[in-house]
Amino acid sequence: MSLLGFCQWLEQTSLSVAIRESSWGFPIIESVHTLGLCLFGMAILMDLRVLGLALTRVPAREISLDLAPWMRAGVVIMMVSGILVFLNTPVEYYNNSVFRIKVILLLLVAVNAWALRRGRRTAIACSVSLALWAAIVLASRLITYSLLGASE
Amino acid sequence: MIAVGSVLALFRWCQNSSLGAAVRGSQWMFPAVEAGHLIALAVFGAAVLIVDLRLWDLGLRQRSVADLARSAQPLLLGSLALLLITGYMLFAADAERYYYNAAFWSKMVFLFFALVFTFTVRQTVIMADETRVGPLWSRLVALVSLALWSGVGIGGKAIGFY
Repeated sequence: MSLLGFCQWLEQTSLSVAIRESSWGFPIIESVHTLGLCLFGMAILMDLRVLGLALTRVPAREISLDLAPWMRAGVVIMMVSGILVFLNTPVEYYNNSVFRIKVILLLLVAVNAWALRRGRRTAIACSVSLALWAAIVLASRLITYSLLGASE
Repeated sequence: MIAVGSVLALFRWCQNSSLGAAVRGSQWMFPAVEAGHLIALAVFGAAVLIVDLRLWDLGLRQRSVADLARSAQPLLLGSLALLLITGYMLFAADAERYYYNAAFWSKMVFLFFALVFTFTVRQTVIMADETRVGPLWSRLVALVSLALWSGVGIGGKAIGFY
């Protein structure tokens, strides 16, 4: 099955249909995805801490250990709600070029995070992480506008 | 004297200002400013959360609440400034529409109470001697803080759905 075929199949699943037909489903999912950013923001704080730009009185190791469960929860919330947002209209997202860029950026950020876990938290890796997150948030907003533009 | 009509006039003035026109007129500006607003939200939300979680005794227990809050204060104020600046830019782009948007007004009411609460009650409790603040009060303050800021966030998200 091609990727497009897969997205077309996804669009016919009962979950996808349920999200589309519910008037509250999509706004709630999108709100969770947006507010989940706050939990996720702890990862940004961690990057800023390593760069010596924030929370300098707290050792980086203490932050990463103590906040790890919350950051993990943030990742899970963002992934689950993000997949549900995608399931609303999979074929539209498939055809959206900014969405493809966002997926690539997410893969890059995952690789970077994996490298960070394995090695030392270096200033370069944390700067890359911050730049990628900024680009991902920008791409997310652009997806919305390009989808709106396409449907007009 | 402040009449209802003068609020609308103020909104129209914001919309017709060169800043409002600039954000409205460019295809890139609005999403870029929105992205800035969201990144600031992530930092601000995290800066509020780590202190509120600490008030619940969840995470960063080795620091005193006051010590952690002092350390997080520049992040909190910096991201709040960015939120207010980008927020005003988004508002100015389409101010008259927001005047008739119930979600916008609900966000502003929550924002007012969240700001007042954060810089009065919450600030007093987190800077107070921990032995003098009962754990129940700490938790209540954290809960109210999270509830008020969630109201701001949900209201903000709802603006787009109206």
